[in-house]
Amino acid sequence: MTLEQVLQVIEGMAVSKDIDLQTDVHMACGADLMSDVLSFTHAGTILLTGLTNPQVIRTAEMTGIVAIIFVRGKIPPGETISLAQEKGIPLLASRFTMFETCGKLYQAGLPSCGLFNLSEKTWREAFGKNKGTC
Amino acid sequence: MDQQPSSVSRVQELVYELTINEVMTREVVTISPWASMRDLKNLLRDHRISGVPVVENERLVGIISIENLIQALEERNIDSPVKEHMTTSVHSLHPDDPLVKAVNFFALFGYGRFPVVQADNCLVGIITKGDILRATLRQMEVAWQSEEIHRYRASHIFEDIESEQTSLILRYNIKPQDFVRGGEASSKIKRALERLGAPPAVVRRVAVAVYEGETNVIIHSVGGEVSAEIHPEQVIIDIIDYGPGIPDVEQAMQPGYSTAPDWIRELGFGAGMGLTNIKNCADIMKLTSKMDEGTHLELTFKLQ
Repeated sequence: MTLEQVLQVIEGMAVSKDIDLQTDVHMACGADLMSDVLSFTHAGTILLTGLTNPQVIRTAEMTGIVAIIFVRGKIPPGETISLAQEKGIPLLASRFTMFETCGKLYQAGLPSCGLFNLSEKTWREAFGKNKGTC
Repeated sequence: MDQQPSSVSRVQELVYELTINEVMTREVVTISPWASMRDLKNLLRDHRISGVPVVENERLVGIISIENLIQALEERNIDSPVKEHMTTSVHSLHPDDPLVKAVNFFALFGYGRFPVVQADNCLVGIITKGDILRATLRQMEVAWQSEEIHRYRASHIFEDIESEQTSLILRYNIKPQDFVRGGEASSKIKRALERLGAPPAVVRRVAVAVYEGETNVIIHSVGGEVSAEIHPEQVIIDIIDYGPGIPDVEQAMQPGYSTAPDWIRELGFGAGMGLTNIKNCADIMKLTSKMDEGTHLELTFKLQ
């Protein structure tokens, strides 16, 4: 899916100037926890987040995230925009919630970043073991 | 295989990066609306062009091309003024418009040239498909050459310098609590490795691990340093801080265990996944800590 199509699907706007709307994104990740983004994303992912601090851009730079969508109508501060410009990471904005923005993209066929793969068996076992202790 | 898509997207990038102002021809051949079509014929022939903007008092009033001239010839009307033949609804561009607008204009309207005007309709230039081609090629050559020079110099370090063992050491000081600047060391190490030609998947693992480590030093310590020792076959990262030290290293290694303050959690960090993630990224990880002295995280990444 190109960034142009992403913008259409989420009825969003581009925050950065001069972005290449033909950039391809292959999968998406929705997270406000950058610790998780650092652990569970692939290069080539588009990140949906409600956080707007410059460390979101750093996280994207390190993990090879190709673009960021700020959800809930959030507008990033100037320092975030300029760091993204410097690192060549396009910023987009959505007026919908994280859940709705993710839903629209998922419905349009954009898959999850999928590095976090937990089989049902492992999950049920882990759940059974920890039940009652936390 | 990777070459073609990346060069195509580079042209696309340029079309958004460049402005009309950087691409247009400034010395424009123009004609007055009161000149005759015969004058136009001579002008087009002398300059070997196929159309010109029509200008009166430096303002753009229309555009006229060889097609209008042919029509005038067919109508045996060659001595009538340009004003009677020109197109007055002109699609024009602004010098600050991105080049992509011109590309869209060529695709949409099919004309051979578009005049460039400022807000007061004052003609400042003209743009043709040839201008676009020349500008993008020139820009690509400049960018390609500069990155290629960096890459070439860097990737030859290990071949050009002869020794029993050559390594490159990069060292960065990390200030405590300076979260805004956090990630600068990781960013620089990442770029150095890219220029040295390290495999992208390894570069990503190093970048993520160093970033997690750098963030830890900023959040939890009184300051420290990050160093990267780059060998042809491996990268050794040392992340050192000067205290206060980790009371229970084993506990700190547990996924989800965190002592990060609330302000760090509000920024999306401090979930207690950092050390686990570092361990997953690195080929070898060694963590030692002494209370009141400091913590040493040593990571090894194989390049081959």
